[in-house]
Amino acid sequence: MNITIRKYYYGDIPDDNSGETANSSPEGGGREGAWPLWEVFIRSKQGLDHKHAGSLHAADARMAIENARDVYTRRNEGISIWVVESKYIHASSPDEAESFYEPAADKIYRHPTFYDLPDEVKHM
Amino acid sequence: MSMQLPDHENTFQHKIDVEIKVEPKDWMPEAYRKTLVRQISQHAHSEIVGMLPEGNWISRAPSLKRKAILIAKVQDEAGHGLYLYSACETLGTTREETINDLHSAKAKYSSIFNYPTLTWADMGAVGWLVDGAAILNQVMLCRTSYGPYARAMVRICKEESFHQRQGFDILLTLSRGTAVQKEMCQDAINRWWWPSLMMFGPKDSESTNTDQSMKWKIKRKTNDELRQQFVDMCAEQVRILNMILPDKDLKWNATTQHYDFGEIEWNEFWNVVKGNGPCNKQRLEARRKAHEEGEWVREAAAAYAEKRKTKPQTPKGALAAA
Ligand SMILES: [Fe+2]
Ligand SMILES: [Fe+2]
Repeated sequence: MNITIRKYYYGDIPDDNSGETANSSPEGGGREGAWPLWEVFIRSKQGLDHKHAGSLHAADARMAIENARDVYTRRNEGISIWVVESKYIHASSPDEAESFYEPAADKIYRHPTFYDLPDEVKHM
Repeated sequence: MSMQLPDHENTFQHKIDVEIKVEPKDWMPEAYRKTLVRQISQHAHSEIVGMLPEGNWISRAPSLKRKAILIAKVQDEAGHGLYLYSACETLGTTREETINDLHSAKAKYSSIFNYPTLTWADMGAVGWLVDGAAILNQVMLCRTSYGPYARAMVRICKEESFHQRQGFDILLTLSRGTAVQKEMCQDAINRWWWPSLMMFGPKDSESTNTDQSMKWKIKRKTNDELRQQFVDMCAEQVRILNMILPDKDLKWNATTQHYDFGEIEWNEFWNVVKGNGPCNKQRLEARRKAHEEGEWVREAAAAYAEKRKTKPQTPKGALAAA
């Protein structure tokens, strides 16, 4: 008997160690009729901003809010929820990040530490 | 050293080396993406299939309190599955594909969930040992290099610690009970101990491929390191239960400052991975059945959403509403 043992970590069993035969899934994986993806933002308490908490699938906005309540606020993590369909989120491109944020890099005079004032100046 | 990596791969590895997290839209090697998709989806499936052995006892929990706790725990696991499926989607897979891969048995999940839960004491042993082993792995994964995976782990870890504590609490209660209850407690520990050790995967020395996951900082500790940490913890905790771990080789080693422990039955492990565990068939059938029987609910919700489109749903803009 010859067993080839390949290392894998918890939650990472190699594909080729599958003992059962895999039925291939229908092409596209049944995308048809799938509920859209929503991004969830939660205000944890009065006075704080809404913060991205995660995402989920739901048929419509109301269901997205209800599911977000069930998933992301089970331990009083929130008092207000925003949901937005993921396709409406536009993002800056990481490939252009360097040039895109470059203009801020050389404006050190925007920071209070740029100004060297005498010690006698108080409360500033 | 001798191998020349293409420029972008160098930049990528450098980012990993200096602990900059990788985010979904960043460039990443195809193999990194593939490894993550496989690992995160297996992790997600483990959370979902993991609900089954415990769900088995919800209707038979010994008190209303225990029942409420067990429902809450199982519900948490569903949430964990969702966080992980979402993290997986950020890598460009669809939810349907991922779930279909589970149902077609193409994707794997943790073998531990292919063992049956025979008595109420198993709810204690699962919480203490299975969640305990998962926590060690997940605490490490809070520092994994892929941002969405790491964030999902932070959320999960916050919720996990109650899981382990409620399990230990069940065992503690049984360990202070009647002779029969004590026996149940020891029996559950006996059955869950070795499979829990197997959860960490094969021994480091049996590795034949290079350790790319460690280099990419997807994983940050080896199987043996985590397993040793687990043994050291449990060997102490079991004393509080006045029970024993079923390993005659288990003993404190003053030189290594760790507990030595016996050899794991690796044939059993691979057998369960390959689909021949006590409950593999049952688990997959339960998942497929739930999915198929939920079809009409998904259809009805979609139809209802379509109908509601004619009416405004959210009052004005979210900013104004909040
Ligand atoms: Fe979990
Ligand atoms: Fe858990």
